[in-house]
Amino acid sequence: MSERRTTSVAQLRKVAKVGDAASAAVQSALRPARNLGFPYRKPSKPKGVVLPVEPNTLGADFDTAWARKAPAKMVRTVLTAGALRAMVKALANPEVEGLDRLADLLEQDPLPAVIFAPNHHSHVDTPLIIATVPEEFRKQLVVAAAADYFFDKKLKGNLAALALNAFPIEREVTTRKSSDELRRLIDTGWSLVIYPEGGRSPDGWGQEFKGGAAYLSARTGAPVVPVFIDGTGSIYGKGMKRPKPGRTKVVFGAPLYPVDDENTRRFNARIEAAVTALGDEALTDFWTSRQRAANGTNPKLTGPEHNGWRRQWALAEQRKLGKAGQRRRQNRRWPDLG
Amino acid sequence: MPRPGFVLEVDRSTPPILFWRGENFSLEKLPADRSRVIYPPEPLPAIKDIDGAIRHALLHPHGQDPLPSQLFAGMKLTIAFDDVSLPLPKMKRPDARQRVMEAVLDMAAAAGVEDVHIIAALGLHRRMHEYELRHALGDRIYDAFHPRGLLYQHDAEDPDNLEIIGTTPHGEVLEINKRAADSDLVVYVNINSVSMDGGWKSLTTGLASYRCLSHHHNGHTLQNTRSLMGHREHSALHTSIWRLGKVLKDSGPKVFQIETTLNTDMFPEAYSFINKREWEWTAKDRATYLGVSKGLSLLPTKMARKMFHDIQSPHQITSVQAGDTELVHDITLEWVFKQQLVPVEGQTDILTLGIPFVSPYNPDSVMNPILVMCMGLGYLFNMYRNKPLVREGGVIIMTHPTYRDFHPVHHPSYIDFFEQVLPDTTDPVVMGQKWEQQYAEDEWYRHLYRTGNAYHGVHPFYAWYWGAHGQQHAGKIIIVGGDAPTVRRLGFTPASTMDDAFEIASDVVGRAPTITHLHVPSLLVADVS
Repeated sequence: MSERRTTSVAQLRKVAKVGDAASAAVQSALRPARNLGFPYRKPSKPKGVVLPVEPNTLGADFDTAWARKAPAKMVRTVLTAGALRAMVKALANPEVEGLDRLADLLEQDPLPAVIFAPNHHSHVDTPLIIATVPEEFRKQLVVAAAADYFFDKKLKGNLAALALNAFPIEREVTTRKSSDELRRLIDTGWSLVIYPEGGRSPDGWGQEFKGGAAYLSARTGAPVVPVFIDGTGSIYGKGMKRPKPGRTKVVFGAPLYPVDDENTRRFNARIEAAVTALGDEALTDFWTSRQRAANGTNPKLTGPEHNGWRRQWALAEQRKLGKAGQRRRQNRRWPDLG
Repeated sequence: MPRPGFVLEVDRSTPPILFWRGENFSLEKLPADRSRVIYPPEPLPAIKDIDGAIRHALLHPHGQDPLPSQLFAGMKLTIAFDDVSLPLPKMKRPDARQRVMEAVLDMAAAAGVEDVHIIAALGLHRRMHEYELRHALGDRIYDAFHPRGLLYQHDAEDPDNLEIIGTTPHGEVLEINKRAADSDLVVYVNINSVSMDGGWKSLTTGLASYRCLSHHHNGHTLQNTRSLMGHREHSALHTSIWRLGKVLKDSGPKVFQIETTLNTDMFPEAYSFINKREWEWTAKDRATYLGVSKGLSLLPTKMARKMFHDIQSPHQITSVQAGDTELVHDITLEWVFKQQLVPVEGQTDILTLGIPFVSPYNPDSVMNPILVMCMGLGYLFNMYRNKPLVREGGVIIMTHPTYRDFHPVHHPSYIDFFEQVLPDTTDPVVMGQKWEQQYAEDEWYRHLYRTGNAYHGVHPFYAWYWGAHGQQHAGKIIIVGGDAPTVRRLGFTPASTMDDAFEIASDVVGRAPTITHLHVPSLLVADVS
C-alpha cells in the first residue's frame, strides 16, 4: 500500500517538472514580443505636451465619396435589386400609391434631382423608400443619415455608405460643410432622401419637421416630394428588439416647389402639411383628405396634444386604420364556442 | 420645332408606304406620278407644367367667373367626364381627366363643397370596367368616390334618373341625367382628340337619353353631315346638337366646360417607326418593323390584339381651357387644327386608308366588321375640311383583315345586327326605319347595357350611320385582305392585294386614276381646297 503511494507521488513530481519546463519555454518564447515597445507600440505621451488634434474621420466628416463612384454603384445596384428588395418584400410588403404624381418629373430630360421627404418611424423606412422610388431616381439617390448614429464607427459607416448610399448629416446643428456638400450633390443630379423629422419617432407618433429639406430645396430649386410611410413603426419601431414582419403603405405626393416670397420656415410648414395630408389620404381616402386639408383639420402626424396613456391609446386606434392594423385584424379568429 | 404636315407626290424613288392592317401592318407600293401621300404634322410639344396650366385655366376661365368663386358650401356639384372611347390608344397615367378632376376637387374641398357626384358621360357606350375607370381617373378618385356610390356611370335607360330640360324649335327634346339637371354647377371634363368632339356634344350626348340622341344620331342626319371634322355649319349632326346646347344654356344647369387637347405622339418608343416618314426609317426602325410585323403574323389574333390594346400612349396635353362651353370649344378647335390640319389641293379618284386595330368603340375589345366600316367611312373618310379627299363617285380602298369576330360582352347587339340587319339592307335610312326601334327597345340588350358592359342595343346602327355620308359619296368601296364573305356582307368588294384593288377600281375610275393615301397614324384633317 505505502509502496504504491510512493510511486504515484514520484510520477506526479515528474509531470509537474514537465509542466514547469513547458511553461518556462512558452514564457521565454513570448518575452521578446511582450518586451517590444515603441516603435512597435504606441508612444507614451510626455507630461506637459499637447498633442495636435487628428482630423476626425467619423461622424459628419466620414468620407462617403467612394460610395458614389461606379464600382460601389454597381455593387449597390445588385444589392438593391436582390437582397434589399427581397428583405423589404418579406418584412414590409409595401403597397405603393401616388407614383403617378411624379410622372411629369420623369418626363423631364435630363431627369431633375428631387428631395424625397418622408416621415420616419423605423430603420425599415430607408430600404423601403429605396425599393419604392421610381427606378430612374434610384440610380442617383443619396440618403441623408444621422452622422452620430450611422457614422460613429468605420465599419458601420462604410456599410451604410455602400448599401444605402448614406451621407452623414448632423441632426441638431447642420454644419455648412454638410449642407454645402448636399447642395453640390443635388446640383450634380443626385436625388436625396431626407427625413425632416430628424430621427425615428420615439413613441410611434411623428415629430415636428425640421427645415433641412425646405432649405436645400430653396437653395437648389429641386422639388420636394412629400412621402408618407405607414406601418413601419409596427415592424421595427424605435425600441423594438427584433423586426416583426407586417404590411406597409407608401404614398408619394405631388412635388412641391418653393414660392418666390416664401421663407424656409413657411415652405417647411407646407411640406409638413403635405405629408400630413398624405397620411390622412393613406388612412382614409383622397377626397376626405383634401376636404380636411382645405379646412386644416387633417389629423396631425405628431398625434394628440395629451400625454401619457391617452397618447398611446390614440396611437393604437390610429394604427388600426392603417396597414399595420389590417394585419392585426386579419389575425383575428372567431372564438370556438364548441 | 415640329414639322408641319405635307403632301408627298409619289415618284419612282418613293419607298413603299406603311398601311395599318388591323393588328398588323403592310408596306404598299403606290403607283408613281399619280399618287400622293398626306403626312400628318409632327406632334406639338406638350405643356411643360401641366398641373400649373390646368390650375391657371380654372382660375382664368373664358366668359365665366373663376371656378373657386362658383363653388360654395351646400351646393350640388356634378363632375361629368368623357369615357374611355378616347384618347386612342389610352394615354399613359396620369390621364388628362385625372389631372383636371383632382384640380377641380381640390378647389371644391377648399370651398367646403360636400355634395359631389362624378358621372361618366357614356351616352349609349358600354359601361367602363373598374380598371378603365381607375386608369382614367386614378386610384385616388376611384377609391374616394366609388365605394360611397358617388362615382358612377350614366344610364340612358333609367327613367327615374332622367329629366327633360326643354325642346328646340325643331322639336328635339333635350333629356339628360337628372342629377346633372338638378345640380347648381356641372363641371364637364373633356378630352378633345378630334374636332368632332367637345363643345355642346360633350354634355348633350354623354349625359343624354336614347330619345334625345335619336334626334341627331340617325341615317338622314349623318348623310347630311358633310363636314363631321371640319366646319360645324356643314354638319347636320352638330347643328342639331348646338340647338340642344342652346336649350341647355337657357333652361338647364350652369355648365363649366373644361376642354383639353392632346398632341399626336401616339405610340411609344418601341413602335417608333409608326410615327416616322418611311424614308427616314433608320436601320433600327427597319429592324423593329420587320420584327414586329413578322412576330405579329405568327401570333394568334387574340394575343396580337392584347398587345396593341395594352399600349399606353405617350401623347400629352397641348392646351387646356375652361369656362363657357362655346368660347372654350372655339379655342379647343384652334388647337386641334393647329395639330392636325394639312392643306391639300384638290380631290382624288381613289382614297386609300389603312384601318387600325382600334376605333372609339372597341377599346380593349374586338374591331368587328361593323366597326371597320365605321372607322373607315365614319372617321377616316371624314377627316377633311371643305370637301372630301375623294371625289363623289370615286373609290375608297381600305386595308383590314375584317374577320367575322365580335366581342360577345361588349358588342352583343352587333352580332345580331350583322346576321339579321345587314343581309336585309345596308342602307342607313332603310335600316333605321325598319330595324332600329326593335333593337333600341329590346329588353335583353337594355339589360346588358344597364348592368353589364355592353353597348346599347341601338349602337351598331349608330356605328353604321357614322359611315353613311362616306357610303353615299363613294362609287365603290374595296377592302384589301379582308375575309371575302364578311366584306360582301358589308356591301363592299373584297380584294387580295392592293394591285388587285386598283384593278377592280379601274371599272369605276378608269385605268390611270389619281390616288391619295391618308397616312395614319397619327391623326390629321385634310383641308381640301
